[in-house]
Amino acid sequence: MHNQTIAELAKGLQAREFSSQELTTAHLARIKQHSALNCFITVTEVEALAQAKIADQLISDGKAGPLTGIPLAHKDIFCTQGIKTSCGSKMLDNFQAPYNATVIERFNQAGAVTLGKLNMDEFAMGSSNETSFFGPVKNPWDHSAVPGGSSGGSACAVAARLAVGATGTDTGGSIRQPAAFCGITGLKPTYGRVSRYGMIAFASSLDQGGPMTRTVEDAALMLQTMAGFDSRDSTSVDKPVPDYSKGLNDSLAGLKIGLPKEFFGDNLNTQMAQVVEDAVAEYTRLGAEVVEVSMPNINLSIPAYYIIAPAECSANLSRFDGVRYGHRCEAPEDLNDLYIRSRGEGFGSEVKRRILIGTYALSTGYYDAYYLQAQKIRRLISDDFKKVLSEVDVVMGPVTPTPAFGLGEKSGDPIEMYLSDMYTIAVNLAGLPALSIPAGFVDQKPVGLQIIGNYFEEARLLNVAHRYQQETDWHQQAPAGIE
Amino acid sequence: MEWETVIGLEIHAQLATKSKIFSGASTAYGAEPNTQACAVDLGLPGVLPVLNEQAMHLALRFGVAIGAEIAPYSVFSRKNYFYPDLPKGYQISQFELPIVGQGVLDIEVEGETKRIGVTRAHLEEDAGKSLHEDFQGLSGIDLNRAGTPLLEIVSEPDMRSAKEAVAYMKKIHTLVRYLGICDGNMQEGSFRCDANVSVRPKGQAEFGIRAEIKNLNSFRFVEKAINHEVERQIDRIESGLSVVQETRLYDSDLDETRSMRSKEEANDYRYFPDPDLLPVVITEALIEQARGELPELPDAKKLRFKEQYGVDEETAVLLTHSKDMADYYEAVISASGCEAKLCTNWVTGHLAGALNKDGLDITQSPIGHARFAGLLARIADNTISGKIAKQVFEALWNSDQTADEIIDQKGLKQITDSGAIEAIIDEVIANNAGQVEQYLSGKDKVFGFFVGQVMKLTQGKANPGEVNAMLKAKLKR
Repeated sequence: MHNQTIAELAKGLQAREFSSQELTTAHLARIKQHSALNCFITVTEVEALAQAKIADQLISDGKAGPLTGIPLAHKDIFCTQGIKTSCGSKMLDNFQAPYNATVIERFNQAGAVTLGKLNMDEFAMGSSNETSFFGPVKNPWDHSAVPGGSSGGSACAVAARLAVGATGTDTGGSIRQPAAFCGITGLKPTYGRVSRYGMIAFASSLDQGGPMTRTVEDAALMLQTMAGFDSRDSTSVDKPVPDYSKGLNDSLAGLKIGLPKEFFGDNLNTQMAQVVEDAVAEYTRLGAEVVEVSMPNINLSIPAYYIIAPAECSANLSRFDGVRYGHRCEAPEDLNDLYIRSRGEGFGSEVKRRILIGTYALSTGYYDAYYLQAQKIRRLISDDFKKVLSEVDVVMGPVTPTPAFGLGEKSGDPIEMYLSDMYTIAVNLAGLPALSIPAGFVDQKPVGLQIIGNYFEEARLLNVAHRYQQETDWHQQAPAGIE
Repeated sequence: MEWETVIGLEIHAQLATKSKIFSGASTAYGAEPNTQACAVDLGLPGVLPVLNEQAMHLALRFGVAIGAEIAPYSVFSRKNYFYPDLPKGYQISQFELPIVGQGVLDIEVEGETKRIGVTRAHLEEDAGKSLHEDFQGLSGIDLNRAGTPLLEIVSEPDMRSAKEAVAYMKKIHTLVRYLGICDGNMQEGSFRCDANVSVRPKGQAEFGIRAEIKNLNSFRFVEKAINHEVERQIDRIESGLSVVQETRLYDSDLDETRSMRSKEEANDYRYFPDPDLLPVVITEALIEQARGELPELPDAKKLRFKEQYGVDEETAVLLTHSKDMADYYEAVISASGCEAKLCTNWVTGHLAGALNKDGLDITQSPIGHARFAGLLARIADNTISGKIAKQVFEALWNSDQTADEIIDQKGLKQITDSGAIEAIIDEVIANNAGQVEQYLSGKDKVFGFFVGQVMKLTQGKANPGEVNAMLKAKLKR
């Protein structure tokens, strides 16, 4: 059962080949069996079985939708009512959200089952899942390698068939990079497409939730439920949600693919480049046309991102002050002591580093030189994309410069770690949708292909990615030991 | 040396919206602590602000009322600082691009009109309240007020005395209530100000170093705090010390200001645009609509009252300082059909006096405009005398009856039957032969005695004019 996709399982549930309770029980057993992967921070066994029971009733009443009874799991950044929502941090280890994020509400309404809450880099700050207070997640393809981050628990859980699909969030690549490292499909929607309400903020102008699944078809199904206007999020866009499954098989004849020459520089090793080239070749066989394009400002993405994201996070994380909820130090002497020790003890070093960078960048005398300058660069990068996407339908490139690196390999060198997001960050700065699909292996580890589309053209992206999965079987590979 | 005072005010007016500026929680005053703070106000993880459009409309109304520039595009920023009653660790405010830009306001001080510049007015959320008593060495936090919409109105440093500052603050106070954008309740903190005060030698162009006095919530405190601060600054300079740029608190019990924090200790607020909120876009059409919906403003109304009702400046100010008072006055005129002078005298005299004595404002008047008009109508048509009217007024104040009911019930109707009055006069003359003699021999003062006797016998109901005339005729010397 666990090797089936959402689309397949939905059929099985409808045909009463198995019940949601059986499906859920099987996945709960797998989660236990593979607990060494450390994917889950919280497993909500009781709640999951209760949801499955309700789902089975809905199915037998003929009221089931495509996600009814499907066992999913959610990144621990989404608030879940009455269930611990830690955001991967000691700061919120004791926090039970009193409300559901909009995304969670939508999955609940769709009758999906929540297996639990997934491990992640602390407050989504990291590219390897090593900054989690709950310990690193292992890459299911190579237990000595990282699963990527920050949605590492999500990527690993889906790759290891512990959940049929999972939610992730992507601020600088946090859906696409772990999807690539774990050999699954991950979509970061257009900024404003999926509500951020109840999704604990890292960098508000960049954060976007999205689906992580084994197939593009499943990603379309999950996105269908996640996407849409939410009056509780001012940055959510009131635009109709198209049927994402409808055009999945549309022909790609005449599709114009842009390959930015800046994506294929010295940073990309030849094997990685080969994977992308092979994938592009597959597209030309499907009738696509390939042109080289240039985005001259894209190499400024990392410096701009590492001003804007920390600046926003420095304010977003101020609410964690030990006053109303979350970690509070023992016996504070006075207010300052309460702040200093609660935050000092509650946050890990990567979070502290980014708060410090952001606070510095926003300080009087530095604001213009850092924050404003970074915003100007952001505009330039958006303009680069706008220009290119007026000439081509999609942009393709690598997701990461290397396959999954080793646990501990980069955790001592933040700059080295930041550079691993060089191909994903620009998309967040521009607010565009992009996805990562498995496209091959390097050193026996999965490698992703990134496809970037124009604003709100998720349906087109899914179509382009789905057609590739019809021609290839990279997405069907399973890690050894995951039978 | 002669010194000149320079004052600028930052007025915080709480906007009269039902719910908070970024959440759906109620803004009603006086609820149990933390019962009016929702997830957004508590700053829970994951929550997001959504602008209450009504707050924007109210700010816009203020802007058009003072003829200010309205920003077609204004931006919310985060003002970062840590405090336990500031749940998010930042206050959402407007910094570089406020909704209301430059405008002006005229004030009158001692008969002189002076123009005061308004630099800007911006929207922001209020913080909660820290309670330092009753918690055994700990502080309590009440977040009911957190997220209450405020309009911060910043003036130019155009005021030159505490009196001018108070006149300006009163002017704004009147205006915001006219506009219906703020209830102006100073006790509840709905209207308060910070005063920036400095002194300089008269004739010097540069400003002196200023101190900011925080959180003044009465006109009296504004005046006293500024006067005290000016004195303190002059004393320092004259004794060879300099004024320090700092934030000070006014202690109304001791009538002094004391230092809260110096410039060096001041927070670096690290303002930056709030990425959770979209820019506020105001179209020309929206501005036109706001202009069209403006009520008659205080200055225009005052001018009209002077012309239409022939009242002097002081009376016009009294009648128009609140829109409710002006409306009451005009409703009385229209309902009674009396001439304005009678209405003016009674509204600004007896009624205002009685309200003042009981500490009530016009909206709390026990006598509604209709019942009050009923009283004035009976004075105008001579049903009752002015003296009896005071008695009827008392009864109106203490009951729900109309003037006519009271007059009927108590038999207060003026005696206009000259035959009846004549008989009483004859009786008085007959019974007081001695006084008649005195009067006839030239003692004019005795005349008052006869009037008093007649009024006593008629229980005040005789028309005094008629009594006078008839007595004069009867006692012809």
